[in-house]
Amino acid sequence: MTQPAATGRRPGRRLSGVLHRHPGLRLGALLSAPAAWLVGAYLGSLAVLLVSAFWTTDAFTGNVVRSFSTSNFRAVLTSELYRTVTIRTVTVAVLVTALCTTIGLPIAFFMAKVASPRLQRALVVAVLTPLWASYLVKAFAWRVMLSGNGVVNWLLRPLGLSGPGYGLTATVLVLSYLWLPYMILPVYAGLDRLPNSLLDASSDLGARAGRTLRSVVLPAIFPAVVAGSIFTFSLSLGDYITVQIVGGKSQLIGNLIYSNVGAANNRPLAAALAAVPVVIMIGYLAAVKRTGALENL
Amino acid sequence: MPSTRSMKLAAVIAAGVLLAAACSSGSKTKKADKKAPQGFTAPKLEALKALGSGEGKVNIVAWAGYVEDGSSDPKVNWVKPFETETSCKVNVKVAASSDEMVSLMKTGDYDTVSASGDASLRLIASGDVEPVNTALVPNYADIFDALKNQPWNSVKGVAYGIPHGRGANLLMYRTDVVKPAPDSWGVVFDANSPYKGKVTAYDSPIYIADAALYLMKTKPDLAIKNPFALDDKQFQAAVDLLKGQRAIVGEYWGDYLKSVQAFKSKDSVVGTTWQVIANLAKADKTPVEAVLPKEGATGWSDTWMIGTKAKNKTCAYKWANYIASPKANAAVAEWFGEAPSNKKACAETADKEHCTTFHAADEDYFKQVWYWTTPIKACLDGRTDVQCKDYSEWTTAWQTIKG
Repeated sequence: MTQPAATGRRPGRRLSGVLHRHPGLRLGALLSAPAAWLVGAYLGSLAVLLVSAFWTTDAFTGNVVRSFSTSNFRAVLTSELYRTVTIRTVTVAVLVTALCTTIGLPIAFFMAKVASPRLQRALVVAVLTPLWASYLVKAFAWRVMLSGNGVVNWLLRPLGLSGPGYGLTATVLVLSYLWLPYMILPVYAGLDRLPNSLLDASSDLGARAGRTLRSVVLPAIFPAVVAGSIFTFSLSLGDYITVQIVGGKSQLIGNLIYSNVGAANNRPLAAALAAVPVVIMIGYLAAVKRTGALENL
Repeated sequence: MPSTRSMKLAAVIAAGVLLAAACSSGSKTKKADKKAPQGFTAPKLEALKALGSGEGKVNIVAWAGYVEDGSSDPKVNWVKPFETETSCKVNVKVAASSDEMVSLMKTGDYDTVSASGDASLRLIASGDVEPVNTALVPNYADIFDALKNQPWNSVKGVAYGIPHGRGANLLMYRTDVVKPAPDSWGVVFDANSPYKGKVTAYDSPIYIADAALYLMKTKPDLAIKNPFALDDKQFQAAVDLLKGQRAIVGEYWGDYLKSVQAFKSKDSVVGTTWQVIANLAKADKTPVEAVLPKEGATGWSDTWMIGTKAKNKTCAYKWANYIASPKANAAVAEWFGEAPSNKKACAETADKEHCTTFHAADEDYFKQVWYWTTPIKACLDGRTDVQCKDYSEWTTAWQTIKG
C-alpha cells in the first residue's frame, strides 16, 4: 500500500488539498454513504410501508391492487380482534420490561458497585455470553424445558407445583430471558459512571441504604433504565417467533402481521398493522422525552 | 432552525413516497374475471416449446418430505441421483402452507413448486405459473388418467403442471394416551374432550374445511355439500365449532417438526396430521398411529408447476419429469405417505402393498377425500342462489378463531 508512492501521492495530495479548503465537501463525502443508507433503506422503507398500507389486494389471486383506500386502517382500528391482540401485545411488552428491570437492576448494581474488578469482568462476559447463541436455539431450548415432562416441571414437582406450560406466561418468561442483557448493560454502564463518593456522601449525611437508593442511585440511573426499557419494550412488541415456539395457541401483533404477509398474502393490511407498533413506539419515545431522560443519555 | 429541519424531513418523506408511487405504476395487476367456469380466466401465457441446455441449478418450493437430499435420513435421498443425472443443483425451500407457497412463487425467485389445489388455481389466475408442455415430460404418459387435466391442475384442457401424488390429512394420536383408538374427528372437536389442552390443529385458514367436513357428516340440517363451499350460515357454524375447539387446543402447528416434537413430549396427544409427520414420529420411537376417520378427510392432490418468471426452466422441467418417474415417484410417495401419481411407481415401492394401502388407483376412496381447493365467492358446489365465503374471509375468520 505504501509502495506506489511517487506516482500515487500527487493526486492524493491534491485531493486532500481540495478537501482541506472545502470543509463542506469533506463533510458531504464523509456522510453521504451513511446518509444514503438512513434515507434510502431506513426512512424509504418506512415510507413504502406507509404508502402500501393504503392499497388493497385482490381476494383470489392475492395480487396487490394499487388504488387508494383507507379500508385497512379502518379494519385495524375497528376490528375487535386487532384491539384484543394489541392490548395483549402491549401487556406482554410491559410485563417483560418490568421483569427485566426487576432482575436487571440488582444484577447491574452488584456488577458495578459490589463485585471486585476481576468478578466484574467475569460477570460482564457472563451477561453477554447468551447473546452469542442463536435466538432460535434459545427459544427452542425453553420449549423443551417448559414441555410437560421438561426440566421446569421436574424441578417444581417436589414442591407440589407445576410449570406454566406453553402460553403467554411462558412467552413473557422467555422474552425476559432473551432481552435481559439489553437491560443489564445500559444500567451497568450508567451505574459505573456514578461516582462511589456520591454513595459515601449520602451515607455520611445519615441516609440509610434505602434512602440512598431512592434519592441518589435511582435518579442517576433513570436514563439508563429508560434506555434499557426502550430495547426490551420495542423488541417484545415486534416479536413473533418466541410466541410461536412457546406461546401455545396465543398470538401477538407480530403473528398477525406475519400471517397477513405469509398466509393471507395481504401485504397492505400487514403494512397497516405494522403501523400499530410504530405508533406505540412513537408514543413511548414521546413519553420518555417528556421525562427528560433522552437528554441525559 | 427547527422549522427548516422539519421541512427537510418532510421533503425526505415526500421523496420516499413519490419513489414508492413511481415504482408501483410500473407493473399492472391482472384482475380475474369471476364469470368464467372455474371462477376466473387465466392470463394468456405460452408453454415452453423446447428444452434448452440445463442451467445448472433449480430452485424448488416444496412440501416437507418432497425433496429429500439425505438430511432427514441418509437413506432417503432422491435429489442426489437427479443432480448426477442432469447436473442441475437442487435448492429447496420447504413451505409450511399453501399460502406460503403462493407468496414464495410471487417473488419470482423460484422455478417450480409442488402446489396443492388451494394454491394451484390462485397461481394460475395471478399468472405466477405458466402452462406446461407435457410433450417435454416423457413420464407424463404413465400418470394415472384420473389425475390428468383436473380442475385443480388445468384450465380449459390446458395442463398447468405434472401431477405429483395425493393423499388425505389424517388423525394422529398417541396410542399410550388416547384410548380407545379414535375413529372420528369428534375427538378433536368435543368441548368435553378428556384430552383438553393436548389437542393440536393445523395452523392455516384451510383447516376451517376440516370443521366443515365434520359438520357435513354430523349436522345434516346445515346441508353442507362441499367443505370448501360455505355460505354465511354454514361458515358461521364451522367457525363456531373451531372457536369451541380452541378451548381444548394446546397449540396450533404450522411447522411439521414442531408437531413431531410436541407428540414426542406428550404436549400434543391427538390432532390432525400428515403421514410424513407420523412416519417421523414413529422413527423417533413415539407411540403414535395415524388413521383416516369415518367422516372422511380433507386431502391434497399436488402438482409440479413451472414459474412464469423462472430463470431455470429447463432444469425445472427435468425435475418435474424426474419426480414423476417411477423410481423417484415411488420413493417420495413412500416417504411422504401418499398415493403416487405414476402407475409404474406401484411396482417400484419397497412395500409392495403401498399402492393398495394408499388407494393409488381407487377412485371411490378418493371420493371421500376433499382435496384442498381455494374457496371463492362463486360456490364450488354449484349453488347459484347464494354467495360463498371467499378465501380472504376464511383468513380473517381464522385469525379471529385464534383470538
